[in-house]
Amino acid sequence: MSTDRPRGAEDDDAADTQFVRPFIITGGRALPAQADLRLETLVVATDPVEGAAPLAFERRRIVALCAQATTVAQIAEAVEVPLGVAKVLVSDLVVSGHLTCSQPAELPLHTLERIRDHVRAL
Amino acid sequence: MSGRSERRAPLAVKIVVSGGLGVGKTTFIGAVSEIEPLDTEAAITQVSLGVDSLDGVEGKTTTTVALDFGRITLDASLALYLFGTPGQDRFSFLWDDLVEGAIGTIVLVDTRRIEDCFPALDYFEAQGTPFVLAVNRFDGAERFELAEIREALGVGDEVPVVECDARARASVRDVLGALMDQVIGVRTRGRRPVGV
Repeated sequence: MSTDRPRGAEDDDAADTQFVRPFIITGGRALPAQADLRLETLVVATDPVEGAAPLAFERRRIVALCAQATTVAQIAEAVEVPLGVAKVLVSDLVVSGHLTCSQPAELPLHTLERIRDHVRAL
Repeated sequence: MSGRSERRAPLAVKIVVSGGLGVGKTTFIGAVSEIEPLDTEAAITQVSLGVDSLDGVEGKTTTTVALDFGRITLDASLALYLFGTPGQDRFSFLWDDLVEGAIGTIVLVDTRRIEDCFPALDYFEAQGTPFVLAVNRFDGAERFELAEIREALGVGDEVPVVECDARARASVRDVLGALMDQVIGVRTRGRRPVGV
């Protein structure tokens, strides 16, 4: 059940037994509990040390990883799961209070203007 | 929870950089990014080689296709991400995830292969995200007036067409600024031309 599986494919049998189906990781679910997570959504752990302790496998790694704000895309890459799986896991952890994120559905105009002013000053 | 007062994640916003294969998307992103963007197209080329020689490698790369993105920290609570769309058709399934929630899109155009940007143009016109066309000036490419390029692409006056040098930070900054003007113009005035 190691997630640090070898990168090469020198042993097909080993690769087969160590491969965990994505739906096992998510408990059979394909849709995230929260629909508004995106690739670039930044996620941060509310308590990266104590919050991660009771968790296992991918969830534990995600909470530890999010000691610093991390994008959903980077989480998927670091935990080596497809993006859809990462979204399910992250949204669960947001719902359970282990992680927090801010992703409004639509940016207010003043935020767009703030982005423009910053970009112009690059 | 413990000790530290509430931890808040910065707001992440996203701009998509699109266009044909080899048009300069990674160069464009790299010109302003704080992090080195992954060159997806180079990675894909290596993967293609790998498929021929190494069993199993292709399975690995289809689950975690390298994303081509850069980051600009605008302030402590706001981060701008620039995502490049994969230039090869077989990764087009990634586009919806890449584009979802983007504040705007830059479609890069190479005048030597103008038709290469048509799939991106079609996609973003249908999808409705505000976008600008940025003509990347390659050394040795024949120069066309922006009006000629606009006509060749068949886009209306409501879409800004600007020139850029994807290698130059100031030039990329100006394209991003033009896009933000367009985004704000679309939001505040509807889809009317914005000073073009």
